[in-house]
Amino acid sequence: MVQITFVEPAGAEVAVDATEGWSLMQAAVANGVDGIVAECGGSCVCATCHVYVDETRLAALPAPGEIELELLEEVKAERRPNSRLSCQITATPELAGLVVTIPPCQT
Amino acid sequence: MSDLTEADAHIVVVGAGQAGLQAAETLRAGGFEGRVTLVGSEPHAPYHRPPLSKGWLSEALDARQLAIRDVSALERKNIDLRVASHVAEIDANARAVRLQDDSRIAYSGLVLATGATPRMLGNAAPADGTICALRSREDASAIAKGLRNCLQARLPLVVIGGGFIGLEVAASARKLGADVVVLEAAPRLLQRALSRELSDWYARLHASHGVTLVLDARIDKVETSGSTAQVRLIDGRRWEAGLVLVGVGIIPNDELARRAGIACDNGIIVDACSRTSIAGIVAAGDCTVCRLPDGSMRRLESVQSAVEQGRAAAYTLLGMEKPFTGTPWFWSDQYDAKLQIAGLSRSADRSVARGDMAGKSFSIFHYAVDRLVAVDSINAARDHVIARQLIGVGVSPTIDQVSDISFDLGRLRPA
Ligand SMILES: Cc1cc2nc3c(=O)[nH]c(=O)nc-3n(C[C@H](O)[C@H](O)[C@H](O)COP(=O)(O)OP(=O)(O)OC[C@H]3O[C@@H](n4cnc5c(N)ncnc54)[C@H](O)[C@@H]3O)c2cc1C
Ligand code: FES
Repeated sequence: MVQITFVEPAGAEVAVDATEGWSLMQAAVANGVDGIVAECGGSCVCATCHVYVDETRLAALPAPGEIELELLEEVKAERRPNSRLSCQITATPELAGLVVTIPPCQT
Repeated sequence: MSDLTEADAHIVVVGAGQAGLQAAETLRAGGFEGRVTLVGSEPHAPYHRPPLSKGWLSEALDARQLAIRDVSALERKNIDLRVASHVAEIDANARAVRLQDDSRIAYSGLVLATGATPRMLGNAAPADGTICALRSREDASAIAKGLRNCLQARLPLVVIGGGFIGLEVAASARKLGADVVVLEAAPRLLQRALSRELSDWYARLHASHGVTLVLDARIDKVETSGSTAQVRLIDGRRWEAGLVLVGVGIIPNDELARRAGIACDNGIIVDACSRTSIAGIVAAGDCTVCRLPDGSMRRLESVQSAVEQGRAAAYTLLGMEKPFTGTPWFWSDQYDAKLQIAGLSRSADRSVARGDMAGKSFSIFHYAVDRLVAVDSINAARDHVIARQLIGVGVSPTIDQVSDISFDLGRLRPA
């Protein structure tokens, strides 16, 4: 288990024990975190699982793939340098304690 | 519908799939404070179907990874989810639905999101786990078991129907090491959805992964004996199969609506705001067919349309008009090929490739006269994203711009 803290759109911080190997999107959904829509269920086609990753740890994450980068152009909320698609980030021990913020809207 | 602002307003959503869930959530997002009941005949909370033919078969995903929302999230939104509950009848005059257990739920607004049922072949009913169709989690589990049977008995999976579901399962089965035979009645794969060049491309893709493809296949008989099935073509060719998957399309679940007197025509007829022929009853998703402003009928079977129609349906009940008029889009994953379709290519009379069709990434742009109507992209997400936007605003790149890969199509997007 990897502890990840999601900051919901309304501001609540929800700490979740994410199963290793699951995506952050799956961990959020399985734990009832609010604000991730994930229309495509993690197929990397819908851009509705957008999150902002804690900037100080951004560099520690595997870089986004080409498809993810292209889809990030589609996000509804403001795209920032720390924007990622949560279905494309796998929960690994290196991410323990990571804080990700869910933007105000996904669609 | 003014009664919906009253505290006793109760919106009942029939069908707890992608469209039903979306409608329920949009009611809350739109400020609805009355009761929302989401009734689903399956024993599960709403889950994603697309992975059932993809990762679910080959990667052993956990059921919780399939969930669209956790039940706690629905509770927090005060959406009353009733699983394993089947609506047997709509009494539109009394504004109530009757469940199979004879209980009744009165509604002030009703959303029909009953989805669809796989079509079976005349003489091939699902039997003993050797003849399957794929729609639900249970179906997928039966297929996973059937594939194990294929591997153990060294018998192939025979897929009847070269559409998206059949081909995705074929790809997943190859990944697991099963032999696969695909029988397609038409002269090419994915005839309804794709242009000939892309059909041929998929035929080569599957052949290169060792799938046996039979086009123009006329099924004579499908029979089972014990844990194997026999499929015979009219021309006499036959296969012994460890599993037969029938993937020949779906039939919209519109019977409930028809019996209630709602206009249907191979699906519940809706407009872009998801209105049916009865006021106060809206419908969304695979159970619907949409009447376009020009009078033509359009059936979309996709996650996107389930979501967009579900949203429009909820807004209509809230007295707001937010029609689904966006560009249709769809995706399919097979092997390492991610297909993304934007728009509908049916009316197209001319196609241009962008990129190299022999390579791993390219798109085909479809034009009707000089208007861009659809773009099929293989592993070219940027083309897809831009195409969706361009088609949406009615901007058509010239053929020269499309065929020149150094030209940035993104420049054509309105600011
Ligand atoms: C294996 C598979 C792969 C797919 N892959 C893709 C893909 O890659 N991309 C894509 O865009 N789309 C894909 N689709 C299509 C997409 O999943 C559907 O278009 C979408 O799920 C339709 O949603 P829906 O809510 O209309 O129907 P459903 O999700 O089918 O939900 C309808 C629900 O209503 C219930 N119901 C029916 N009648 C009643 C009743 N009387 N009372 C109570 N409940 C009832 C049903 O049990 C069902 O749970 C795929 C579908 C399948 C099956
Ligand atoms: S869930 Fe669709 S892109 Fe992440």
